[in-house]
Amino acid sequence: MAVVFEKPKALADVPFHYCPGCTHGIVHRLVAEVLDELGVEGQTVGVASVGCSVFSYNYFNCDMVQAAHGRAPAVATGLKRALPDNVIFTYQGDGDLAAIGMAETVHAATRGENITVIFINNAIYGMTGGQMAPTSLPGQVTQTSPYGRDVKTAGYPIRVCELLSTLSGTALAQRVTVDSVAHVREAKKAIKKGFENQINKRGYSIIEVVSTCPTNWGLSPKEAMNWLRDNMLPYYPLGVYKDVTAEGGEQ
Amino acid sequence: MAEKVLMKGNEALAEAAIQCGCKHYFGYPITPQTEVAAYMSKRLPKEGGVFLQAESEVAAINMVLGATSAGVRAMTSSSSPGISLKSEGVSYIGGSDLPALIINVQRGGPGLGGIQPSQSDYWQATKALGHGDFQLFVLAPSTIQEMVDFVSLAYEVGEKYRVPAMILSDGMLGQMMEPVEFPQKKEGPIAEKAWATNGHQNKRKKNIINSLYIQPEELENLIKERYERYAKIKEEEQRAEEFMCDDAEIFVVAFGASSRVSRSAVMQARAEGIKAGLIRPITLWPFPDKTIEKNVDKAKKFLCVEMNMGQMVDDVKLVVNGRKDVEFFGRTGGIIPTPAEVLGEIRKLAGKEN
Amino acid sequence: MAKVTINEALCKGCGLCVEACPKKLLVLATDHINAKGYHPSTMTDESQCVGCASCAIMCPDVAIKVER
Repeated sequence: MAVVFEKPKALADVPFHYCPGCTHGIVHRLVAEVLDELGVEGQTVGVASVGCSVFSYNYFNCDMVQAAHGRAPAVATGLKRALPDNVIFTYQGDGDLAAIGMAETVHAATRGENITVIFINNAIYGMTGGQMAPTSLPGQVTQTSPYGRDVKTAGYPIRVCELLSTLSGTALAQRVTVDSVAHVREAKKAIKKGFENQINKRGYSIIEVVSTCPTNWGLSPKEAMNWLRDNMLPYYPLGVYKDVTAEGGEQ
Repeated sequence: MAEKVLMKGNEALAEAAIQCGCKHYFGYPITPQTEVAAYMSKRLPKEGGVFLQAESEVAAINMVLGATSAGVRAMTSSSSPGISLKSEGVSYIGGSDLPALIINVQRGGPGLGGIQPSQSDYWQATKALGHGDFQLFVLAPSTIQEMVDFVSLAYEVGEKYRVPAMILSDGMLGQMMEPVEFPQKKEGPIAEKAWATNGHQNKRKKNIINSLYIQPEELENLIKERYERYAKIKEEEQRAEEFMCDDAEIFVVAFGASSRVSRSAVMQARAEGIKAGLIRPITLWPFPDKTIEKNVDKAKKFLCVEMNMGQMVDDVKLVVNGRKDVEFFGRTGGIIPTPAEVLGEIRKLAGKEN
Repeated sequence: MAKVTINEALCKGCGLCVEACPKKLLVLATDHINAKGYHPSTMTDESQCVGCASCAIMCPDVAIKVER
């Protein structure tokens, strides 16, 4: 019998600390599968951000740097400028990328910083126990929006891919999800493209993965997937928001 | 002997960094250090290096963290308000055991303060540049030549002990010009760092640069190990200059720009028959307590002269420990004390009123 | 003929594999728990498994190996 599915080599033999049904694990695996397929684990340096995925430095077998909250794009910039031929990626959540690290994110993108960004959008702060995120939906109940996110006082959720797609330095801005086998396959393709863009020196690639947080959403893993489909995807439509390779012109 | 050239402090320091093999500069404009960035932007691209004007001081210091993690010599420079912004990244650099070079060309504070020279970041540099238990190796130049010489020293000590290093300069030294000489270029490349995250190439175990340790015992042990390195730095890396100290009775203690003024005042006091001497701390952390201690017995009084409201004076008092009087004279807000003012203070301590 | 190996020690009983299996061959065990205290995913009838790996693709804990 042939193995049709097993743990990728770029993923360490360490159990994830994530809650049951948390999609971080799926996305970690996809990143590792892509590193395996491209054969670049040995050249890769990952940057872990602050949030639930902070321990990702334990999970990937490549070299890893742990950055301060929101600063992963700046740390990745320093790494990439020192190691232009290596593969540098960040793995960031919504609070990290779209709130405290929005300046670093926008400027890394506009500089066309040749890095790959994996962005987990689950509309909540997981690690600190479920506070409102910059991507929490209008009306969404969180620990710090107990009456539901009131857009009159808390403003509107940020659509990151749409925003970054307006910047000339962005090579790829694609939103995917991992709620089904078909979507997981699509997500992997997008992640692979993000890494290939870097290898081909195309600039900043961001793959936004609409994800779940069953624990802080107060739902079972199955219910969380349904909530994602019913509430997240209408506000955050899946799709390619920018792709320089599709536009025919390389930057 | 290399040729002497007339250079501005900020530019001389930048050139020295390039000659030390620093090819990665990340900064953000702020007076009075902007010449460092401007010089780097002109020179580094021609040296095959990277000059990057970051979106903020916060980003710049984290870019330094990233580049340093890769194993290269990197630096950033700023002035007081910008250094406060960098403090987050400096703490992470300290907590990740990374060497890095940080330049503070001090101006008056707090807040936006002013743009004239100051030494009011002494506490920040030596006690608390960021959260947590950690220290930086801090050097205080007093001449443009030292702005040059201390760059290689900061890199060497920082890399040897894996601690961040700071050159604590000020707006006067940054802006003034003096003739300087650059050391002959060093042989060979900068040593490989076994801890660097530069891709394991499937040849070694993976490296992790990290400052997070959830288990308190693990974190405590790590910090204790770091403090053993700090103890070694205290033992081996203290530096101070003694000027006319052999038979002195009134000891002026001053660093950086205020030590230049104090040196003139000490010479004038000597001309008046007052036995004054100058102790000039060169390393601010570790504070040169051995040099102070050596002179406590013969001293009648100490006079700390600073461009702030009295910060280093605390460290002098800690060493003197009540055995002798330690007085303070300072100007702040961007004002440099005059030699005449300092001489007046020396006279008072010598019992010779003006 | 396919073989699904579930590493029970890694399983957190989230049930995403149960949902993903097109033939509904997986269940969360009701008769035992693993060391983490979860009811681990269990294969009910391997003879019907086609080895599509849908379960493994959806498993957030990389607890499933599939052979065919």
